Amino acid sequence: MLLVAALRVITARNPVHAALYLVLAFFNASGLWLLLRAEFLAITLVLVYVGAVMVLFLFVVMMLDINLEQLREGFWQNLPLAVVVGGVMAFEMVAVLAGRYFGSATSTHAVPAGYSNTRALGRVLYTQYVYAFEIAAVILLVAIIAAIALTLRRRKDTKGQDPARQVAVRREDRVRMVSMPSEKE
Amino acid sequence: MLVLVNHLPVLPEVLLLLGACVLMIFDLYAKDEGRRASFALAQLILLACAAATLFILWVNGGRSLLLFDRSFLSDAMSGVLKLVAYGAVSAALAYSRRYLLDRGLLRGEFLTLLLFALLGMMVMISANSFLTLYLGLELLSLCLYALVALNRDSAASTEAAMKYFVLGALASGLLLYGISMIYGATGTLVISDIAARATSLAAESSSSRMLLVFGLVFLVSGLAFKLGLVPFHMWIPDVYQGASTAVTLVIGTAPKLAAFAMAMRLLVGGLPALSVDWQQMLAILAVLSMAIGNLTAIAQTNLKRMLAYSTIAHMGFMLLGLMSGVVGGNRLSAVDAYGAAMFYTIVYVLMSLGAFGVLLLLSRAGFECERLEDVKGLNRRDPWLAFLMLVLMFSMAGVPPTAGFYAKFAVLSAAVQAGQIAIAVTAVVFSLIGAFYYLRVVKLMYFDDPAQGVSAVGQRGGARLLLSANGLSLLLIGILPQTLMYVCLQAIQYSYAR
Repeated sequence: MLLVAALRVITARNPVHAALYLVLAFFNASGLWLLLRAEFLAITLVLVYVGAVMVLFLFVVMMLDINLEQLREGFWQNLPLAVVVGGVMAFEMVAVLAGRYFGSATSTHAVPAGYSNTRALGRVLYTQYVYAFEIAAVILLVAIIAAIALTLRRRKDTKGQDPARQVAVRREDRVRMVSMPSEKE
Repeated sequence: MLVLVNHLPVLPEVLLLLGACVLMIFDLYAKDEGRRASFALAQLILLACAAATLFILWVNGGRSLLLFDRSFLSDAMSGVLKLVAYGAVSAALAYSRRYLLDRGLLRGEFLTLLLFALLGMMVMISANSFLTLYLGLELLSLCLYALVALNRDSAASTEAAMKYFVLGALASGLLLYGISMIYGATGTLVISDIAARATSLAAESSSSRMLLVFGLVFLVSGLAFKLGLVPFHMWIPDVYQGASTAVTLVIGTAPKLAAFAMAMRLLVGGLPALSVDWQQMLAILAVLSMAIGNLTAIAQTNLKRMLAYSTIAHMGFMLLGLMSGVVGGNRLSAVDAYGAAMFYTIVYVLMSLGAFGVLLLLSRAGFECERLEDVKGLNRRDPWLAFLMLVLMFSMAGVPPTAGFYAKFAVLSAAVQAGQIAIAVTAVVFSLIGAFYYLRVVKLMYFDDPAQGVSAVGQRGGARLLLSANGLSLLLIGILPQTLMYVCLQAIQYSYAR
């Protein structure tokens, strides 16, 4: 399922479909995590990637009018390079995994009943690593400040309302009395 | 209450974080275009942090305390370096207010990001684990990238920020790669544990030693980038020149203290077992930096760019102290050597503050003082500022009655004691070559006629007083170096000579 979904991400003609297939791929990957008893990673994968990143991504895809035919040009030109890179990566993974995974018996130590790695993670995060955790939070705050400082720009031609000025408006600002000479028939 | 008392050593960091957040909100309601209140608040926060740090130094009395599961270290060295960092940031604020105001760059974000950068430096200075060291470094670097890019309408600033960001990310990657290798070899991130594990591993087998040395190479590369050492120096001239002078002042001063602390923590604290290896690497970096820094600076016509190359040369000089601590497994002269390197870093920060401070004070709205011609005949127009610049340039060149001379002398004598005569002689030769471009500035100020059209005249006010104190302090330290040297030696003694 994961492989099929991942393949469809790059082959689907419609970018929205491709994004939705990516969501499917994430769900499958999180299923794999669950099977490996890493439920915290599974939950975060769904929450962060599916819940936040992909929604944002979909918005962008829908907002931007992308010319697909232009993008698809030259798609197959990079195939030889892609095959070589993919082959090397596959070979490395086989070399690393084959010896350990297929050689020895699966010797993961038994997990005690009722063990939750979410709780375990939370425990070390707020005890052992609380200092690093706090610094990471500060880094995120700095990222927000920097992003806003660098991109927020008061443009002069923006059409916006200023409620304070609307409330404080006076009659003289809006209504102009014009004395017109009365016309005679 | 017990928790509060136990975590007292982290008080300066907490104060600074709270202060920066309060300042961020406070500044939103600032009516004043000049933001005097915000600046005053920032100085107040720095003052409070300094008081807290002094108090902790006094309470600790030279002991080293570990907090947060040994990821935070409060020792004498961190206290002293933090105090100097507060001073540097506070002076940077004072010098740059008018400059930023004249250019319409004075915004609350400058203050907030500056304080957060200081927080990153403090985290680095008192890090006792690779994790906190790295996080502190990222916090500092992110703030600096944003500060460089804050001048959005200038293409040069944007380009500098982009270069800085990309190269900085690369250096962080190198550093992380090195950290991951060392973590793989030793199985821990805590620096004191790594020191113990690495010693036994290095003695045990050559293959695990190999892995450690590999990690070390990446660590040193990342470190060299942050210090700006050849061949990882490419970003320094472009960033110094591209950023507005106020930001250059920030980048060129306090972060050097943090980088020095990082080098001490990583190499001296974490990997003393491999000191033979990293001393060789540092020797190469030092000689290359002094050579390229001093030779290239001669060809520069832009003062900021010249000072950038001079930074590279100075950091190479500082390495002389770091690399001559351990001689053949003997740590007898370690305190002297590291103390000399720390003294050099602090004096360099003072000199750099002063030099960029003069440039800031000479600039006005619509006039940027950054080329060599701009200081021509400064003596006729503003003798006092010319005199201060003279002191600063003499100090950077290492002319006797100034602090720069004594700093160079201490570092060189450490290198000679370690038996590195050849490198010491090379350093002297290159610093003689370097004296040329510092003295050229003096010649331009005193013996040339002012250029037509431009007239750089220093501003009046509090910043000028502070700059005078800054320049004169270099003379004072040069004549009476014992006090600062004693502080540095004691700090190293308490922190590293156990």
